[in-house]
Amino acid sequence: MGRKIESLLIEFARIHRFFIRFLRELVTPPFEFKEIIRQCYEIGWKSFPLISLTGFIVGFVFTKQSRPSLEEFGATSWLPSLISIAIVRALAPLVTALIASGKVGSQIGAELSSMNVTEQIDAMEVSGTNPTKFLIVSRIIATTTMIPVLCFYVAGIGLFGGYLSIIAKDDISILSFFNQVFESIAVKDVFAMVIRAVVFGFTIGFASCYVGYYSSKGTEGVGKAANSAVVSSMFLVFIEELLIVQVLSFF
Amino acid sequence: MEKAIKNINFEDVVIHVDKVSKSFGDLHVLRDVDLKLYNGENLVVLGRSGTGKSVLIKLISGLLKPDQGDLMVLGELVNKLDERELRTLRQRIGFSFQNSALYDSMTVRENLEFPLVRNKRNLTRAEIDKEVEEVLEGVGLSQAINQMPSELSGGQRKRIGVARTLILRPDIMLYDEPTAGLDPITCLDINSLINEVQERYNTSSIIITHDLACAKMVGDRMVMLLDGKFERQGTFEEIFDTEDERVKPFYDYNFIV
Repeated sequence: MGRKIESLLIEFARIHRFFIRFLRELVTPPFEFKEIIRQCYEIGWKSFPLISLTGFIVGFVFTKQSRPSLEEFGATSWLPSLISIAIVRALAPLVTALIASGKVGSQIGAELSSMNVTEQIDAMEVSGTNPTKFLIVSRIIATTTMIPVLCFYVAGIGLFGGYLSIIAKDDISILSFFNQVFESIAVKDVFAMVIRAVVFGFTIGFASCYVGYYSSKGTEGVGKAANSAVVSSMFLVFIEELLIVQVLSFF
Repeated sequence: MEKAIKNINFEDVVIHVDKVSKSFGDLHVLRDVDLKLYNGENLVVLGRSGTGKSVLIKLISGLLKPDQGDLMVLGELVNKLDERELRTLRQRIGFSFQNSALYDSMTVRENLEFPLVRNKRNLTRAEIDKEVEEVLEGVGLSQAINQMPSELSGGQRKRIGVARTLILRPDIMLYDEPTAGLDPITCLDINSLINEVQERYNTSSIIITHDLACAKMVGDRMVMLLDGKFERQGTFEEIFDTEDERVKPFYDYNFIV
């Protein structure tokens, strides 16, 4: 028991040191702009196909599932308002974060871990290059900036999926659908969505980089790192969602 | 193959390992180890697998910290330097990894440019290209410039690994098992390359190996790591002129069996 507590405390100390190192390298020049842009492309642009499909399906299915409940009260005209609130306030950031945890988290975890196993990180270190700046800072910046962008996109594509689901039964123009959507969303909802997406993006980047960078050696370590990047990112995203909902309920 | 007569300056110690100890948990890898590398010298460190040979060069390059003792490299106390100072010192130390450690998402050109553009930020594109081409030509692999590491053979990867360290013109080269996993002909090529590097770039080197043919071909002096200590030092003949049962099998396996 004592040994477990000790190793837990050591782990916390290591996470704290990793975070401080990240903050220090984040603000001290030189900056790896080229690598940041490359990571934004890898993390953002290359996630578009998967995100498009999942965003569309979520919007479509959610609308379809919500219809029977509203139909009971003859309130199907409220569908655009309902799905806009649901997608912007909760679904878009959460779905984006969960998809990114799986796709981006595993990619970062496995990539850094295999670089660790094959001594590529040591090679950077001994060649006078700063691996934290090149590998960690660039990836965390990329996830923190790209996941909010993807989140807006998921919201848009999710609403479009919802619209298609509605017009399968009701007759509504896309213009009046989006009019109702924007009437229902307040600025604070959009602000809350951005806050969520930024927090989730940072968490996914940080957790995945941490487990990849400190993975155990050997091919088994690569698999474990990829797995643990996904699991820890998803777990933290849910915890943060719970906390953010509590905090935002005060406003 | 005879080695050229070299200028070793025994007055100038470039690496001084002073009573260094290193343990991993209960495993004591190095115990009060002392070692000196002189300017212009090729020093071979021999020893069985798992005896701490690689740990020694990782300590020298600051990748690991010693539990006890001091490591003086090019006049700097490595174990007392902060990260920034260590990074500056490392530009003068070349480290050739056992598995080459090439960045597998980059081409050979990008691998070579990587340390150069990050350590010499005022170079022009033309100067970078010139440096890359020159160092690639030095290792005899100019044609591989646009290839990916996965397209290269083991020997070629080693050569590119050496080229990547040479691009910063280091004063010291650390080779970790340079001939491990290579066929005898490629081993000869790599050994010749180590000697060429020393002559052309005037480096001082530590070569970690258990390949005695390599040791004999490149080493000016040898030390043997036994039970965490350097118990035997000298020329190849001096090292193996012994009845010590811990040393004899080394020679017997390489040259008799």
